[in-house]
Parts: sequence; structure tokens; C-alpha cells
Amino acid sequence: MTPAISVAGLTRRYRGQLALDQVSFDIEPGSITGLLGRNGAGKTTLLRIIAGQEFPSAGSLTVLGAAPTTDDHLLSRMVFIREDQLYPQYGGRFTARHTLRAASWFYPNWDADLAFALAADFGLPLNRRVMRLSRGMRSALGIVVGLAARADVTLFDEPYAGLDPVARQMFYDRLLADYAEHPRTVLLSTHLIDEAAGLLERVLVIDRGTIILDAAADDVRGAATSVSGTVIAVQEFTAGRTVWDRRRVGSQESAVVAGALDDTDRARATALHLHLEPLSLQQVVVHTASATAVSQPGMHTPERTSA
Amino acid sequence: MEGAGLVPDMAGLEDGAPLFVQIAERLADEIADGSLAEGERVPSTNELAAYYRINPATAAKGIGMLTDEGLVEKRRGIGMFVAGGARARLLAERRKRFAERFVEPLVAEASRLGINADELTGMIRESSYTQKGTRP
Repeated sequence: MTPAISVAGLTRRYRGQLALDQVSFDIEPGSITGLLGRNGAGKTTLLRIIAGQEFPSAGSLTVLGAAPTTDDHLLSRMVFIREDQLYPQYGGRFTARHTLRAASWFYPNWDADLAFALAADFGLPLNRRVMRLSRGMRSALGIVVGLAARADVTLFDEPYAGLDPVARQMFYDRLLADYAEHPRTVLLSTHLIDEAAGLLERVLVIDRGTIILDAAADDVRGAATSVSGTVIAVQEFTAGRTVWDRRRVGSQESAVVAGALDDTDRARATALHLHLEPLSLQQVVVHTASATAVSQPGMHTPERTSA
Repeated sequence: MEGAGLVPDMAGLEDGAPLFVQIAERLADEIADGSLAEGERVPSTNELAAYYRINPATAAKGIGMLTDEGLVEKRRGIGMFVAGGARARLLAERRKRFAERFVEPLVAEASRLGINADELTGMIRESSYTQKGTRP
């Protein structure tokens, strides 16, 4: 199957600064992938290049088998919604309704019923001029366009600025519902990992312009476990294991152990009166991103502290 | 600015273990306790995805585990259904695992607390009376 998005050796330099450094990955069609990383890690640069809004300094990419910067036909099969999206305003008279109409001309799969239903859900004032919309309402407008476009490749770059938790949950629920009925390729960049975790089939973690983790979300869940108890017991349990982090207070210690635990490990932990807590997707990503050295794709992260 | 972090309600799924395994376990539990009867339709991947707020592919992978074990079967064009004999097979498997998962840790903890075998059986009998009012 041709990947929906294929990126190889992608590099982007800004005046000697490396924003992206040899980024490579393929995304299969019909999946939701999370592009995770801290602010300034390179998420937006990567998405802009995929959307054809920016040229890479080196490397190659295809979207739906074509080059985004040269294939005009591709643009209507791809929607890119970014944080604080700017819409054409035509002397400030352009309303939210105008934006939806313009989008309906541009995107061949546009679903007007869905657009109006979503606009109502978000309480979007359709007759208000876009320039007078609040930040949250501008985000809502972007989300409406991004979902109703039903584009084969849907790129969301932290699309929730100014939206409260209730509205963000609505975004995730509506995305999931429409995706279930109309599968497409979604790449969602976010730093609110816990919120979106259930939606993601796969995660790409980017840090300082480099992909440091590329794995199925379900392989990342529980790939590390927090072990806590007395210092002696924790030391005994963690001996010979890869430990990502260790904290201590008085006679108590808490360590993060990499790798899945089996029944024998669990029985041993019980015997040592240790408390085990598997790490969430977000917690594993945080640990991976804060590790200094670069890991290979997969669940490999260098040991940072030793017993 | 974005307000408090949102912890999504995934209907009891936990983010610390593979979600597809949890989906398979949930459905297996329902089959084992009879709330999903043999021959009954299993919720579709999209229904599960909406309910648990998870990716439909994850839900499909969970159902796929049960298909591989022969606990659910596909009826073309209609959906997935609980296979005949699924409940009996699950219960037999769980009885086998019962000792290692529950009895062994129970005995280990009891001996740590200085509870001898007679006292332990007495406690089990007592607990059984209060829970169900039946003789163990």
C-alpha cells in the first residue's frame, strides 16, 4: 500500500539552526497518528512542509504519492488546520459563514450538514466577522473546516487554542465519530497527550527536530512501570534492570523501570511489598523526551541513572 | 489558558496497559458472566470506539483477539457474535488460573500475617456466608 505520508531524511535549516534533522517515517492510509513533542520541537515546521507551505532544506516527501509543493491537485485532498489559523478577511467583512462557504468550494468531499451541525455544537456565531471572533471561536471554526472537509489527509496542529476542556472533549468525540464513518489519514500534533491518548493508533515523538520515538500507541502503554516502596526493596527489584528515573525521600524510593513486567516480576514485587503503577502513554513520552541521548525507533531509551 | 487538563472518561479503561487487550478482557468478562450470551451480537468496533473513546482500529484489534481464540465469530454482513461454547471454555480457563492468581497470593499474605491454614479456611467460610448466605 502506498503510504499516505512518506518522509525521508527531511531536514529544515533556518539560518544555521536545525529545525528538523533527518526526519523519516511513513504513515499508512486510514489511521490517526499523534505528533507529540514539546513546544519548539519542530511539530509545526514538519506539518507545514507536509502541507506544502514550506520547502525542506534537504530530504524528500510524498503525500498520497505526490509532492505537495508541485502537485496542485493534492491541495484539495489535504486540509491543514493550525493553531490561530488566519482566514482571508476581505477588509474585515468576511464572516464565519463565508469561511464555510469558501471551504465548501475548495474541498470536494465537503459535508455542509456536518459543518453546520458542528458549528451549532461549538456555539459558533456564523454571522460574526471572523476578525471579531474570540480565540476559542477561531479554533472552533478551524476544527469545523478540518472535519467537514473530509480530506484524505487531515493535519491538525494543536487546533484547540482558547478552547475549554468541554469544547476540547467535543472536538475529540466528533473527530472519532466522523473518522469511524469516514476513515482517512489524520495527523494530530498536540502536547496535551493524556487528552488525545485513546484516539491515537500510533505516536511519533519529536524532540529538537529529531524523531525520538515512533511506535504503536498500545506498545508504549505500560512499556514502563513505576516501582515504589522501601529503598532496600526497590534496589533489590531494580537491580539489573533499565531504570529511567529514581526519586527518594527518607527510607522510601520510587523508580521508573523500562520494559514490560511478567507474572514472576509481579509476584516478586508483591513479596517485596512494592507498589507497581504502569506508566500512561503521556508519562512514557515525557520520560523518553527527557532522556538525553537519541534512541532508535521502538521502545529503547538509554539508562540515565544506575543503582 | 486552555483551562485545567482534561482527563478523558474512557469508561474505566486505563492508560497504563494496551487498550486492545483491555477491550478483549472486558468483552471476555461479559461473555464469562453471561451478560453477553452465546449467539448474541457483540458491539461493533464503531460502537466500542464511541463508548470507550478509543480509535476504532484499537477496538477492532481487541475483538480480533477474541476471534483468534474462537470466542466470537463473524457472520458475514451482520457483525460479530458470541460463539457457541464460548462461556464454558472461558470458565474452564479461568478456573485453571484461579489458583495461581488468587489462592497463592492469598496464602502467601496469610502466612505473612501469621494466619494458619485452619484460620484461613474459617475466614473464607465466614466470608462466603455473609456474601451469599450459602454454604461453601
